[in-house]
Amino acid sequence: MNPTTSFVIISLLKIVGIVFLVILPMVSYAVYAERKVSALIQDRLGPNRVGPAGLFQPIADAMKFLLKEDFTPAHVNKFYYWLAPCLAMVPAITTIAVVPFGSTLFGVPMVIADINVGVLFVFAIASLGVYGIVIAGWASNSKYPFLGGVRSGSQMISYELSLGLAVVPIFLLIGNLRLTEVVRYQIDHGWMVFPFAGDWKNPAGWLLAVPMWISFAVFAIAVFAETNRLPFDLPEAETELVGGYHTEYSSMKFALFFLGEYAAMITGSAIIVTLFLGGWHFPGVPDGSHGWIFGLINIFVFFAKIAALLFIFIWVRFTLPRFRYDQLMRLGWVFFFEIALVNIFLAAAIITFFDR
Amino acid sequence: MPSFLFWLFAIVMLVFGALVVINRNPIASALSLVVCFLGLSALFMALDAFFIGIIQVLVYAGAVMVLFLFIIMLLDLRAEERRKMNWFAFVGGFLVALSLLVQILAVIGSTRMAKQTFPPLASPHADDVRNVGLVLFGNYNLPFQVIAVLILVATIGVIVLSKRQLR
Amino acid sequence: MAITVPRPKLTWFERLYLPAIVAGMAITLQHFKNMLLGRTKVTMQYPEQKWDAQLPEHYRGAPALVKDEAGRIRCVACQLCEFICPPRAIKIEPGEIPVKDRFSKVEKYPREFDIDMIRCIFCGMCEEVCPEQAIFLRKDYAITGLTRAEMVHNKEKLLEIGGIMHGVVLKWNEKK
Ligand code: SF4
Ligand code: SF4
Repeated sequence: MNPTTSFVIISLLKIVGIVFLVILPMVSYAVYAERKVSALIQDRLGPNRVGPAGLFQPIADAMKFLLKEDFTPAHVNKFYYWLAPCLAMVPAITTIAVVPFGSTLFGVPMVIADINVGVLFVFAIASLGVYGIVIAGWASNSKYPFLGGVRSGSQMISYELSLGLAVVPIFLLIGNLRLTEVVRYQIDHGWMVFPFAGDWKNPAGWLLAVPMWISFAVFAIAVFAETNRLPFDLPEAETELVGGYHTEYSSMKFALFFLGEYAAMITGSAIIVTLFLGGWHFPGVPDGSHGWIFGLINIFVFFAKIAALLFIFIWVRFTLPRFRYDQLMRLGWVFFFEIALVNIFLAAAIITFFDR
Repeated sequence: MPSFLFWLFAIVMLVFGALVVINRNPIASALSLVVCFLGLSALFMALDAFFIGIIQVLVYAGAVMVLFLFIIMLLDLRAEERRKMNWFAFVGGFLVALSLLVQILAVIGSTRMAKQTFPPLASPHADDVRNVGLVLFGNYNLPFQVIAVLILVATIGVIVLSKRQLR
Repeated sequence: MAITVPRPKLTWFERLYLPAIVAGMAITLQHFKNMLLGRTKVTMQYPEQKWDAQLPEHYRGAPALVKDEAGRIRCVACQLCEFICPPRAIKIEPGEIPVKDRFSKVEKYPREFDIDMIRCIFCGMCEEVCPEQAIFLRKDYAITGLTRAEMVHNKEKLLEIGGIMHGVVLKWNEKK
């Protein structure tokens, strides 16, 4: 087998394995988790009928989505109406391509495409996600979806700025945009949220924790806004916009929007984990070169971290009320944007001063 | 890069570039332009210029075109769709474009420079982000700063203009 | 008259909002934890657990016809219940009791007796108005059906729910 063929086969295996066997089931179980956790937070029991503790509920949901009537209203712009759900789902899943979800397994690096502009790729693809929503809102040709689409578009553009600026300190520190390098650096010098972990005595690490924590907070909040999650879920604010941009959608097309939102949540968490929480690294666990069992453990650790972040996503959703739209925009432009900007200077100053 | 991929993306670019002009619906035009940008970025990536390719998507497809789309949607340009085609202008424009194309082909075909083949890049996996940064802030630092000031002035101008209109 | 409600002046600490957010998150986490540990009371899991034992004496469930000790349908088809029923759920078709019969004095019996359970509002008027105490509201509440026709209780069904009622009125036994 020549190198090209084996490369293609291994890449395909990774894509199929990670997208179809891990991400998509995770998406459907994220929906289950959302229902279960929200129920427990609100002193209810949540889904508990299909299977033990309702564990087969996602399968029942999927069947329901597939069997519902796929209704296309007469007043919509057909082509774009059909295009929009695909555009909402694809970017959310594509971003996972550059995220290292494990160390190595049988000597194969556990990342689909290790390109040298990793994090920019993520931002670029994520910025395309807005098209699905905007087009859905426009093609539906009715007022609520339109308002939802416009809101979501301006929201995503606003928060992309803070998103991009918040990660700059990390790359100032590492000097490389490759996500595998980011993880490698964190293994050597401690996770980004604990930059002092590598060398306890060095005051630089302790000082660096300040900009890193600010970055982490701004980035995490911007991810909330990018994925349209509460408290920033204005595009679909059901109390004022019915269902927002997917008001006119039914059946599987609605499901694509719905699952796209959760897929975006998962990839967003994956980016947070990779950039700030050490990726697949867990203190004391060696990487995959010490045996395939450790490779598997690394992958498991990565997804366990994602699951923990998903819990926080859900927890926040069922605690905080929604922002008003002007508050949201003010927060994005006046508050987070400035903080992220100042933070870059702070990090740069610390890095030059201690010459890390 | 396999040449069929080059042809694929080149054709995608050309077709959607043409669609930008042909489409009567402004939204469809804008979206065709997005696809065109994506094809362009794929071509950049094929040349191992990942940074430029990604920036192409991030800035043009991800931000500029979204704003365009926004404006088009808010203006609700239905009139454009209903307007009759002006065949005289259509044929004239087509002829101008054609003559320009012929001219360009003639000029390029007649110089020897167009026939040279470039040597492959020193290392195809060069850290192009770092290289772009070094060149931009080293060799071209002054022009870069001048452009930055220019953009700042333009931004301030826009704000002043829009504020005045409000009053 | 417009009333201006003064906005509370927030201190800078309150205006950060972060303490409030953290407090809120703590509260929801507390609820989550209590649920996980099974400390919170939750609603009854209906089809598995039922409330039947606690049903109060005055509970008004499905209306049903009863028979007396002799096995005779108590209803005399006077149609008072049909008349009083607010949503007109009852439909009675009276029949005549033949002269040879032991209870010929009663004269009428219901040939058909339908209660449309989609209409019935469980008000108990029928029970209250019945001069023969032939119709009672029982404690059955889970009345389900897949079709409208299934939701109409006919005479057999009503008698099956009702069963035999002892005591109360015994007037037809003596009147020979
Ligand atoms: S309970 Fe009320 S509604 Fe129901 S049958 Fe009797 S009188 Fe009619
Ligand atoms: S009121 Fe009583 S006796 Fe009269 S028809 Fe109704 S159930 Fe029969």
